[in-house]
Order: sequence, then C-alpha cells, then structure tokens
Amino acid sequence: MMAGTLLATLTIPHLDYTAVLPEIILVGGALFIMLVTSLSRKSMGTVSSMGWTVVAACVALGFSIYQWVGVTAHGGHSAYVAFGGSIAVDGFSSMVAVIVSSSVVVAALMEEGWLRRQGRVSPEMHMLTLVSAAGAMLMAAANDLIVVFLGLEIMSIGLYVLAAYDYRRKESGEAALKYLILGGFSSAIFLYGIALTYGATGTTNLAGIASYLSRNILLHDGLLLAGMALLLVGLCFKVAAAPFHLWAPDVYQGSPSPATGYMAAVAKIGGFAALLRIFVSALGSYRADWQPAIWVIAAVTLVVGAVMALVQTDVKRMLAYSSINHAGFILLGVAAASTAGVSASLYYLFVYSFMVMGSFAVVSVVGGSSDDAHSLASYRGLHRRSPWLAWTLTLMLIAQAGIPFTTGFMAKLEVLTASIGAHVTWLAVVAMVTAAVAAFFYLRVVLLMFSTAPASGGVAPMEAIPAVVGAMSSAGTFPGKASYEDGGPSEVGEYLRVADTPADYPVEGVAYDIGAGYRYDQRKGAEGEDGGDGGEELVLHGGEMDGDRDSGGEAIYIAPSVGVAMAICACFTVFFGIIPGPLTTMAHAATMLIR
Amino acid sequence: MSPFPFLTTLVLLPAGAALVVAILPSGLGERRRRIAAQVIGLAGALGTLALAATIAVRFNIKDAGYQMVSDHAWARSLGVSWYLGVDGISLFLVLLAALLFPVALVAARTRTNLHSYMAWMLLLEAVCIGSFISLDLILFFVFFEASLVPIYFIITGWGFEKRSAAAMKFFVYTFLGSAFLFVGIVVLALIHQHDTGVLTFSLPVLAHTHMPYYVQVLLFLSFTAAFAVKSPVFPFHTWSPDAYAEAPTGGSVVLAAVMAKMGTYGIIRFDLNLFPKASIDLAPLLLTLGVAGIIYGAIVACTQKDLKRMVAYSSLSHIGFIVLGVFALTSEGMAGGVIQMVNHGLIIAVLFLAIGWIYERTATRDVSRLKGLQKPAPLLAALFTVGMLAAIGLPGLNGFVGEFLILLGTFITHRWWAVVAATGVILAALYMLWAYQQAFHGKPEEEAVKRTKDISWPELLVMAPLVGLVIFLGVYPKPVLDRITPSVERLVQRADRAAGVHQPLLSRKVALPASRLHVQHAAHTPGAAVSGYTGYVGASRLRSFWTASPVGSAGVSSAGVGTGALTSAATGNVQYGWTPYGSSRIRHALPYASLLGIASPFYPGGSADRHLGLVTPLTSHCCVAIAGSDTVR
Repeated sequence: MMAGTLLATLTIPHLDYTAVLPEIILVGGALFIMLVTSLSRKSMGTVSSMGWTVVAACVALGFSIYQWVGVTAHGGHSAYVAFGGSIAVDGFSSMVAVIVSSSVVVAALMEEGWLRRQGRVSPEMHMLTLVSAAGAMLMAAANDLIVVFLGLEIMSIGLYVLAAYDYRRKESGEAALKYLILGGFSSAIFLYGIALTYGATGTTNLAGIASYLSRNILLHDGLLLAGMALLLVGLCFKVAAAPFHLWAPDVYQGSPSPATGYMAAVAKIGGFAALLRIFVSALGSYRADWQPAIWVIAAVTLVVGAVMALVQTDVKRMLAYSSINHAGFILLGVAAASTAGVSASLYYLFVYSFMVMGSFAVVSVVGGSSDDAHSLASYRGLHRRSPWLAWTLTLMLIAQAGIPFTTGFMAKLEVLTASIGAHVTWLAVVAMVTAAVAAFFYLRVVLLMFSTAPASGGVAPMEAIPAVVGAMSSAGTFPGKASYEDGGPSEVGEYLRVADTPADYPVEGVAYDIGAGYRYDQRKGAEGEDGGDGGEELVLHGGEMDGDRDSGGEAIYIAPSVGVAMAICACFTVFFGIIPGPLTTMAHAATMLIR
Repeated sequence: MSPFPFLTTLVLLPAGAALVVAILPSGLGERRRRIAAQVIGLAGALGTLALAATIAVRFNIKDAGYQMVSDHAWARSLGVSWYLGVDGISLFLVLLAALLFPVALVAARTRTNLHSYMAWMLLLEAVCIGSFISLDLILFFVFFEASLVPIYFIITGWGFEKRSAAAMKFFVYTFLGSAFLFVGIVVLALIHQHDTGVLTFSLPVLAHTHMPYYVQVLLFLSFTAAFAVKSPVFPFHTWSPDAYAEAPTGGSVVLAAVMAKMGTYGIIRFDLNLFPKASIDLAPLLLTLGVAGIIYGAIVACTQKDLKRMVAYSSLSHIGFIVLGVFALTSEGMAGGVIQMVNHGLIIAVLFLAIGWIYERTATRDVSRLKGLQKPAPLLAALFTVGMLAAIGLPGLNGFVGEFLILLGTFITHRWWAVVAATGVILAALYMLWAYQQAFHGKPEEEAVKRTKDISWPELLVMAPLVGLVIFLGVYPKPVLDRITPSVERLVQRADRAAGVHQPLLSRKVALPASRLHVQHAAHTPGAAVSGYTGYVGASRLRSFWTASPVGSAGVSSAGVGTGALTSAATGNVQYGWTPYGSSRIRHALPYASLLGIASPFYPGGSADRHLGLVTPLTSHCCVAIAGSDTVR
C-alpha cells in the first residue's frame, strides 16, 4: 500500500542539466578517458591522460566561474534550485566548484609526475580523480540529504581506490582498507543520521528541514538531536576532526603522495561544504545545540593535530596531523555559524587546498621513485640537492604556519574574526596557541632542509622536543647553560666556522671541504626566494664535492608537470597573500546566497 | 598629506632591492654576482637611509600627530588598510633602522652566499621600518610577524654553532607571544564594530573604543604578552641571549638594535594609546618586571664568560630601563624611554660590531682568552670602550641622557622603583668594566690575540657614524628631544585624561615629601652649585656603601672620590639645564664629564679601572639624588 502511494505521488521533476554541468563535465572527462583506454589498443599515456584531465577540469572551472558570475549577478537573486529542489545553484556551490576544479588541475599534474616516476602507464588514476572531484562538487551543491550522501559516496569511493593505487607497497593497500572500512562506517553513521533527521522533520530536503524547524517547535526533539549528532560524526570522520581522525595519519602515510595531497584537499572541501550546508543552513535554528559540540570538537582537533604532529618522524604523517590542525581552524568558522564564519571557512578551504597540495607535490618528488623516502632524515640537506624543492616546501610550510604575506595568514585572520565575532574568544586563543606549536614542527622541516650536516641518525623528535621546550623554559634563565642539541650541531658549526674565520687562520681540511662543497652547490641556484618556476626541468646533482653523505644523494628530477603544479601553488599562495582582496571578496559574496 | 608617498616608498624601496638581489641570475658567476649583490644591496639600503633622512628633515617639529600619512584599502572586506604615518616616537626608530641596516650589511662580511644574506637583510629592513610606521593594527601585526622569517633564515644560515636551536626557540617563542596579540587585535576591532558598525583596524579610530574595564585589562595583557616577548621584558627573555649570541654579527645588530625595539615601540604605540586606563593601573606590574629585568640582566651579565652573551644580558638590563621609563607615565620618563630606544640601538650596534670583529680576528669571544687585546688593537679597544661607557651610562655619551631622563621620570611617580633601578647602573659598570679589564687589559698570552690586527679604515668608516652619534646625542640631545616631546606629551596627557588622574609633571613643580637622601638642604638654593652639592651628598653616601661592599673595594681611592665629585658637579649642571628641555647650560657642563669619562681608559696601567669604577655608579646615584632635589624644589 505504502509503495503504491509513493509510486502514485512520484513525479519526475524538471531536469535542468546546466545546474550540474561542472559535475557532468568532470564525469564526462573521466568516461572519455576510460573509453579511449578501453577502445584503443595501446593504453593512453600519462601525459595525454593528464592533458585530458586538465582540459576537463579547466572547462569545469570555466563553467563554474560562468555560473558564479550568473548567480552573483543580481545581488544573489539569481540563485536557484534544480532537480526538484535537491540541487542548489548559488554562490556557495559555484565557489566550491571553482575550488574543486582548480584542485583537480594541480592534482592531475602531480599525479602525472608520480606515475612517470613509478614507470606506470595508468590513466585510471586521473579518471578516479575526476570522479571523486565530481562527488565533492555534488556535496556542495546538494540541497537534499540524500544528494549529500550521494556526493559523499562518489567522492569517497574514488578516494578509496586512489589510496590503494600504489600496489607495490603494502602500506598503500593497508591504508586503503583502513580508509574503506572506517569510511564505510562513517557513511553508515551519516546515513543513519539522515534517517533520524527525516524521522524528526519529515523531509530530507535541506530547505524543507529549515522551514519545518522554523515553523514548528519540537516538544520532543530527541530524535532530531540524535540525527544531528550522527550527521556531525559522519562528516567529522570525513574531514578528519578529532576524535574521529584516527584513520588520517595511516591513510595519508600509506597512500601515494599525490593522492594524499588531493585527498587532503578534496575530502576536506566536500566534507566542510556539507557541514556548512547542513548545519549552518538547514539546522541553523538549532545552533544552540550543535555549536557547543563543534566547539569541543574544534578545540580537541586543534590540540591533537598540533601536539601529535610534534612527535612524528614521517613527514607525511606530520602533514596528516597538520591537516587535522587545519581542520580545527576551519571548524572555528563552522562553529561561528554566521556569514563571517561561512566565508572564512570557504576562504580557508580555498587557500588550504593549494597549500597542502603544494606541500605534497614536493613530498612526492622527495619520496623518490619508490615513494617511500618520507622520513624527516631524508629532508636533511634538501636545499643542497634541490633548492627549488626546498624553497617551495618552505613557502608552503610557512604559509601553513600562518606567516603574513601568504594566504595562510589571511585565512587565520578570517576564521579568528568569525570565531571572536561569535563570542568564542577562548577557542580563538586555543587555535592561535596551537598555531605556535605547529610553527615549531613546520620549522623543524625547514631547518632540516637547510642544514648542511650529513644524515647520520637524523632527528629524533622525541629527543629534540623536550630539549627545545626545556631550553625555552629554563636554559635562558641559567647563564651560559645552553642544554639543547639539534641532531648534529658540531657538523653544522664546523662549516660555519670556516665561513666566518678569515683565511689566514688554519682550519681543518675536512671542514674546509664541506664549506667548499656547500658553496659550490649554493652557486648552482639558490636564488629562488619565491619558489619554483618549475617550468623547466631541473636536474641537480648535490653533494658531489663533499663525499655524498646524504641519504638521498641521487639527483632529484622534477618532472615538468610537478614543477608546474608547485609553481601554481606557490604563486597562488604568495599572490593572494599579498593581494587578498579578490578571494576574500569572493568568499564574502558566496555566503549570502545559501538557501 | 604629502604628495609624494614617502612612507610607502620607504617600505617598498628595501623590499624591491631585496627582490632584485634575490633574483640575480646564477649565470653571472659567483664573483660578479657577489659584487652586484653588494652594489644593489648597499644602494638600496643607502637610498632608504637618504629617504629616511629626507623624512626627518621634512618632519614638522610642532605637530604632535601623525605626519606624511598614506592610507589605502588593502583587504577591504576585512577592514585592513595600508595605513602609514610617522610621529615623533617612530621617526627616530625609522632613522635608527635606516642607519643600522647599511652598517650591518657592510660590517658583516659573510663569505658564503652573500646575495641571499643581502636579500634577507633588505627584506628585514623593509619589514622593520614598516612595523614602525604602520597605523593599522593588522598591518603592524603583519610586519611584526613577517620580521620573523628573514631573521630566522639569517640566524640559521649564517649563525654560530647552536644557531638551529636558537633560531627555533626565538621563532616559536615570539610566535606564541604574538598569538595573543593577534586575538587581542581582532577582539578590539570587533568590539569597535559592535559599537559603531564599522570594521576597521585603524589605530586612531580604535583608540576611541569604549569597553568594559576588565576587557581593557585583558586586552592590555594580551598585547603586552607579545611585546614583552619581543622586547624582551624580564621573564619572557629566555630566547634572547641564545638568539643574540648565535646570530651572525649583522643579525645580532639588527635583532638587538632594531627588532627588539618593535616590542617597546608596540607598548608605547598600542598599549598606551588603546588601553590608557589599564596601562596606568598595571604600570606597577610592568615597572616591577622592568626593574627585575634591569637587576637580573645585570647580575647574569656579570657571570658571563662570553662577551656576546654578556652584552646580550646587558641588553636585557637596558630594555628594563626603557620599560621603566615608559610605564613611569611621565613625559620625562617616556621621552627618556623613546630616546633610550635609539641610544640602546646605537650602543648595542657598536658593541656587537666590535665583538664581531674581535671574533673574526681571534676566533674566540671568551673574555679570559682575549686577555691583553688592547696592546695589538688599541683603536678597536677604544671603540669598544666608547660603546661600553655609553652602555654604562656615562655622562657625555648618549646612554646617560636616556637613563637619566628615565630615572628622573620614574622618580616622580614611582620613587622606589627608580631607586632600585639605579643600582642597575652600578652593576652595569661592574660587569662592563670587569669584562673590559679581562679582555683588553694585561699582557696578551694567546697567539691569536698577539697577532690581532687593529681595525682597518673601512671598519673605522662603518663605526664612525655610530660612535659619532653616541657622542653627539650624549652632548646635544636637544634636536631629538624636541621632536620626541610633543608626541610623548600628547600620549601622556591622553593617558592622564583617560585615567582621570593628574600626573605630577616635573615642570609643574609639584612638591613631594622630603626625600630620604637629605637633599632638602640644597633644595632652596637654586643653581648649579646646589645640584653639584647635592650630587656630592649622594656621592659621599654612596662611597660609604661602596667601601662596605667587597666588590667595589678596588674602586676606593682618593682619586676615585675626586673624580666622582667632579662628575657629580657636572651632572648637576646638566640636570639643571635640562628642565625644561635644553637650556644652554648643557653645552657647558657635559663636555667636562664626557672628557673625564672617555679619557680615563687611556690612562696607562690599571689605575684607569679604578677611576672608571667609581665614575659611573656615582653619576647614576646622583641622578636619583638630583631627581629628588628637583621634585622637592
């Protein structure tokens, strides 16, 4: 009987395909690559699959911008819903589409370099990237919980496979399995949340939920609260907010590096877009109930991300925890539940996706052909082996630390303003303190890259941290007692004494050689402050003159595609750090259109 | 409004030079690239200096407000603007930065990678100057934070043995402090927005924000946390000895002379302007920290074997004086604080440069190993002496002017803090002279010391403007004080108004209860002789203290007392001529004192130490005594 009623009332809504054209373009690109690969005898080369991916992403980007211009043209009145109210085309969705499609461009470039280093011809990687991007876009455009779930699954399944893509390393498979199982869990939790919310409000449409809650006062809102909690948990899994972050370090470490960068960017974009849509927009009238929960989650996320990153010896794991810390910052914007908060989160997501992908572009190159040289030790002396890589990573890390004249600073200013505007000053203080802690582990990598000492032993962070923290609190108060060591200060000092002592004083031959070798390498190209033009191929032989004592002493080859990816990220980070106007204006305009 | 954007150019010129130096193509070849970097870098730095000098000339002496203002929207939706302006307080800090950066560029002859060193230095110059002239809080914060990156790379790239740890500690510590500043700025702006509906970070606008008292106190604390770390003020100083000692010479110079001033400048510019009531109420706290820093820095400096660390701790002591002067909240004290920022910058630059050159020649900074350096390098010793004596606060050199005004200003409102702080001057004499004796006197023993070459002409040329200014400002500080005073008085009046209190200004001749120093005998007889007498009273009392204390026993000789009395007389004159600012008598009085002070180290043998040992503590004590006498009068 029930089924009959449903069938009778089921009407096919008007299907306005232009509303989801960016998604269609991305999926179409993926299908095209798949089709060509299966029809032609020879598999599509990595360069051409990258090319098609970039083309598809650029077309999607162009159309997203076109859509953006359209919906923001008349003060936001041109925003509309399609597919029977389940898809919203507004500033928010088109801005997220812009963010996602530009990240696909960078990701495709990074992946090409990785495939080439691996010696694999495998266009499926690009295909999966395109499809999961379409999922993330759909999550932002969704105006219905079911469509959010649809987008979530499309995005996640692509990412599961990407995580498993490096079949030569068993860590990759392990990561994918972990991601799949925990992701499946979170999807189920999310779905259960949808069911409970539907039970409480009688609709899955976000606008419907909002209007129902604004018209009715629920005397027994336990069901809705439970539904909200489950929705929150499900999405917090996706964005890796503590205490639902446990999968992130393992998955980030195990996945192929470019996939990790892409995952860090796109999963956060999709997850936060859904969080903002569902909680700020649909459940906005219940903010008094969910805001405290997000405050606590944000505080825990910030602290866990910053503190756990301190003790990591693997750069990818460190970046995983750092991305957890960033998730905490974005949650600040979500928790504000205001226009400023939404715009701050959007802005943060935009600039963060470039920062994190730029970082992972460097990580994937330093990782070498087997993509496993990710210990802190393998970054020692990177500047000598490849100044471009070192400078790009430095830029990306100081941007993540929130240093002015990078986009990271403006992002932090935005979320802080939002959070304090919502009278949650304590959370802002917690956030900034964790940012200072985070600066420590970012700088540790920078120090290592510019250190000249050999790789013997590397840095054991477990020893280094208490020493430095102890030094901060005590050493200065006791005269002449500097009680910290940093991995090999004597070697570091040796070279310097050479540099600072005039030639007429005798110095040990060994030390002098180190100095000469260093200078030799410096000459080769340390002029880049602004990191990577990357367009040319850079082959740098490091450490030829000082006996090649670095662990990764081999020449570092930067594929042109990765060079371009790094250059895009670096230029974006610096340009919009100095001229923040366009992006902040865009983010502000995007918030007024949520419906 | 000036038609030419002087201030914007002042920031962009060194930044542009930095960019040009940074992108010098490697195809030029190492040697040519070095030369090109040197030429462009120096041209940029000297151009900035010329521009700063032009600004100083065009500066309107009668205007207490911000001049040459340029205001452009930067991130409109966030309310952040490119808002620059200069007043009497920032003018000399800009000049100081513009002067010291070329010096630091020339003086530190790094052997490796010169062009990146130049680029970082020029970038740092742009950022430092920017922070001194920005009137937008976020813009200030941007420069304040951005300064960390170049100095971080300068320390890690060209520093000494433990540079990595020192740079990291410095960065994270400062970053942590400024986290509170950042939150504080945003809170303040949002309170203002809540009241007026306008989101802005402009300092003059935010200065009129109304907020509950407890909020003001919290914000004051959050701002001060950042500034206290940067300055550094006593319990937050632990990064500074390491960073100063491990940085390369040029880095130490700008770190201690220019960057540390960002903190004290921030206190004056932001704390006092934005939270006058909280500043007045919490002044005792900051005064106590300042005095603690003075004493602690001095005591710890006494125990240092490394010359550079000794100077680093002495710097902590001097920053304590600046804080003391600022939070005295009298126009004398604050003017003293501002001029002392400049003075300390010059002095510490002289000292760090001299120590850097000593290290280049002997590869050690250990005072015990440097024994007898005066013999092979008399000129270097003389330059170090001038810096050292100025640091001690010898009349006739610039350090005295600042410390004197500070103690005077503090004595009016917070007498006991001034009294305790004055002992810091005595300790300064102790550690400085001690170190000087150990390092320069005696017969050279180490081979490296014996072979030390005296300083060369280029080095002398670099040092000359600094030493010249040290002496000039000590003898004739009027031009500087004339420009500082209007801005300072306006600030003090503003603080007074906000707090509803009436600060006893010296010029108003508020009668205070008779001082314990028994100066009232002299109080009713005006004139130089009186002050001299007063000084003598102080001196004789000090002498008894001095005799009793074992450390100073060496200094007690008849000659010592004579010198002390003479100096006291001279300082007495100085003081009399000083209220209100800059009477002509100063010109007669000071040369005697300075001659006395500067001549002494050139006496043969050890007797010079004995003279010196007394001169300085006595003068310092006189300051207090005289300050007392004046308030009584």
